[in-house]
Amino acid sequence: MRAAVRLAAWLYAIAVYGFIFLPVVVLILFSLQATSFPIPPFTGPSLRWYQAVLSDARLTSALVNSLLVAVLSSLACVTLGFLSAWGFARFALPGSALLRGLITLPLTVSYLIIGMGLLVLFNWAGVPKSLIAAGVGHVVINLPLCFAIIYSQMGDHQINIERAARDLGAPEWKVLLMITVPVMAPAIFAGFFLSMTFSWDEFVISFLLTRFETTLPVEIWNLLRSGLNPKTNAVGSLVFAVSIVLVVLFELTLLRRKTA
Amino acid sequence: MSAPLVDIRNVSHRFGQLAVLKNVSLAIEPGSYTILLGPSGSGKTTLLSILGGFVTPSEGKVFIRGADCTAVPPAKRPTTTVFQDYALFPHMSVGKNVGFGLRMQGVDGATRAAKAREALALVGLAASFDKKPHQLSGGQRQRVALARALVIEPAVLLLDEPLGALDLKLRRQMQDELKAIQKRVGTAFVHVTHDQEEAMALADHCVVMNDGRIEDEGPPERVYARPKTRFSATFMGESTILAGKAGEMRDGRVAVATKFGPISLPATSPVGATVALAIRPEHLILAGAKGDVALGTARVSDVVFQGSFKRVLATSARDPAFQFIAKAPAPATVQAGDTVAVSCNAQDIILLAD
Repeated sequence: MRAAVRLAAWLYAIAVYGFIFLPVVVLILFSLQATSFPIPPFTGPSLRWYQAVLSDARLTSALVNSLLVAVLSSLACVTLGFLSAWGFARFALPGSALLRGLITLPLTVSYLIIGMGLLVLFNWAGVPKSLIAAGVGHVVINLPLCFAIIYSQMGDHQINIERAARDLGAPEWKVLLMITVPVMAPAIFAGFFLSMTFSWDEFVISFLLTRFETTLPVEIWNLLRSGLNPKTNAVGSLVFAVSIVLVVLFELTLLRRKTA
Repeated sequence: MSAPLVDIRNVSHRFGQLAVLKNVSLAIEPGSYTILLGPSGSGKTTLLSILGGFVTPSEGKVFIRGADCTAVPPAKRPTTTVFQDYALFPHMSVGKNVGFGLRMQGVDGATRAAKAREALALVGLAASFDKKPHQLSGGQRQRVALARALVIEPAVLLLDEPLGALDLKLRRQMQDELKAIQKRVGTAFVHVTHDQEEAMALADHCVVMNDGRIEDEGPPERVYARPKTRFSATFMGESTILAGKAGEMRDGRVAVATKFGPISLPATSPVGATVALAIRPEHLILAGAKGDVALGTARVSDVVFQGSFKRVLATSARDPAFQFIAKAPAPATVQAGDTVAVSCNAQDIILLAD
């Protein structure tokens, strides 16, 4: 009886993980296909499709664009998120709870709505569709996240540390740069990597706000319109690999924070 | 007499509607060790924050070395604070922590390191220069915080319950060290505590605070032996308090009417005033050698052995609501249930206006 329950539990676990990871495994497996169609039987392994991806100028430039947008928008997010978290944590502001709610509100709004809103706004303001516009969109969606992560880690126990620095003669900007930022570094890095992850494979906003130069997810979508082939699998696997690296970096910085 | 190092004049402070300091004036002399003693909510920490510049008082002025510092921010006034939680910079080494204040003053790296080493040697932590704060014990962190505050040679060092987080043994040991360090550097220390033993052991000048006011101040010996108010008689050590009414004065003695009959003692008081008589536990005599003031008999309700003495609680036979707090020598055979005759000497009774 007991053995049967254990077996059922194992089967259930395998089914759940299979449900989650099988699509990714299939994607990666057929990216190594030697022939031209990503359908069984498996004919690989071969790296010819990865070679095809890396020699495709459109894909590689989209990859560079994606990285640029991700890094720069995430930098903007953590800077703004840190400053607003510090402001809310250290100063008594009128309507503080309401303002904090407003700053995290974009988390609950769909990317489509935010993308459309920005599209209308940029049209009205005469800002052309571009990578910069997409980057601004990514700041809008990721700033609340960075704010929430950094704000949650900014406890009262750091107030006295900042006070001590001021007491020893540090002007406010030195307190921020030499004390608060280093002490908050784990939360800041965690916010940065999570924001990178979300920006890296964000599609809707990039699709709406870019035109000629675009990001990798949009380029993959373009590629998919001409049908499935192992090249799309290869580029998808590359995107996945980068995401994994970013998520691991995020987990590591948060974990280090907890054990410290 | 020269001007005091710190002169606090008529300072009041309110947090919203709540008055936490009510017209407090205090002078601090150069090289002195001042203790602000009081229960939580007495305003002692607020007064320290006002001295450190973290709080600007609602009313009144603070002068340090003769200059008006009332609204000067902490960075610009000649005070440094040792925080209760030490507030060391966790990402910097011990040496960098201690050197931080000098770095802010623009002192070059080599001089900084040398001075930081010197300050660490002063607190007995010369070997910890390259360690990180989390590698140190609580007592060691406390010393680093002390070195960090002392290295920039403040006019006044402020300590906010510095021994509060340490265990009892370490607290007594750090207490002795604090006093020794203060004597060595000669800086004026202002130290906030609610521990009266700490206050008596450390203070040159003891300031007893209650409910936003200074109840009593002076050398701890004087504050203990001759407290000025009922609060300071009960907070700085224990006392048995006996209510009474002052009668006529004759030859420098007052006759006070109490529930134990008239008691004549050397003191001054207006005729007819309601007064309180405070008697320290060590001055109450249980049986044996009689004092010159008889306080009737009492039934011992509790005896607590404290090592070097026994703390005795006894209920008066005349008034079961009245309790004596006495101290008996450790070998005394007194135990709960005994009936004892209580007396004391008139000269040991402290007369307090009620």
